[in-house]
Amino acid sequence: MNNHSFWIYLLIIAGSTYLIRAIPFAAVQKKITNRFIRSFLYYIPYTVLSAMTFPAALYATGNIIAAAAGLLVAVLFAIKGRSLTVVAAVSCATVFICEQLMHFLGVL
Amino acid sequence: MKSFIKGLKSGIPIGLGYLSVSFTFGILAVSYGFEWWQAVLISMTTLTSAGQLAGITIMVNPGQYIEMLISQLTINIRYSFMSVSLSQKTSPEFKGIRRWIMGFFMTDEIFAVASNEDVLSTKFFAGLTVFPYVGWTLGTLLGAVLGNILPQSIMSALCLAIYGMFIAIVAPKAKESLSLLLVVCVAVTLSCVFYYVPVINTISSGLSISICAILAAVFGALIFPVKEDAHNE
Repeated sequence: MNNHSFWIYLLIIAGSTYLIRAIPFAAVQKKITNRFIRSFLYYIPYTVLSAMTFPAALYATGNIIAAAAGLLVAVLFAIKGRSLTVVAAVSCATVFICEQLMHFLGVL
Repeated sequence: MKSFIKGLKSGIPIGLGYLSVSFTFGILAVSYGFEWWQAVLISMTTLTSAGQLAGITIMVNPGQYIEMLISQLTINIRYSFMSVSLSQKTSPEFKGIRRWIMGFFMTDEIFAVASNEDVLSTKFFAGLTVFPYVGWTLGTLLGAVLGNILPQSIMSALCLAIYGMFIAIVAPKAKESLSLLLVVCVAVTLSCVFYYVPVINTISSGLSISICAILAAVFGALIFPVKEDAHNE
């Protein structure tokens, strides 16, 4: 990779990503009182996460059925109020077990 | 110190998830012709998944600076909304230079965990960023230098960690509030449309996530505006 153009590219990618995050964070210091905007900001974390998870997570592992099983287990444990780490761990374990099982049974 | 440690612990699952995601980025970057230190430097200065992936595909061609800027802005515009959202939850001391520094670490996952706090302190946020940053950097380095050493079965399973964490944040809240559950359903439906419907699914994933999230949140704000006392901020 050519060094000169690498540094310019690095400046653009790092600079633009930083500013798009930091400017709104530093600029909005006051409490927003508008009810619509407050409601919008209340929902945005959950809509971002949901849109990122489905359907992309189904294709994140080697097998769609194993991924679906992992996600289902994650939902069940999450509704039970388990911590982030526990939910993440059991969903990974489910995928691993499913894929091994399917491999063993010759499905995969 | 207590809230810093609490933040540190909350960052562990993100760090583990990042380790596996950035590992793949490292492998990919080297296969595109980047030096290992270039891949690591990109990860250390940029700290984003979708943006970096799009970034290295542009970087292999010289001189496409405007294209790079446009792709980064569209993929990353969601961070602006996250920053504004978190700005409403910060404790009074979380101001000025602290926000300019901590703003750098506003990733999807750090944001998700931070927004789960009722009041966000600088110390908690600072602690929260440690493992994700280390994981992202280390994963890129390992991927770039060692390539594919972990067995495929383990890599594959680790890929679900980040999504499991997302579910752990959304599901308990959606269980308590029917309006939130409906808003989440709208976001998922839109996201599926952007994923499966031809032509529309050519839009980059970073941008389509922003569009789905914004539309669903606007829907929620119009149909189910939150009561002033619904969440104490």
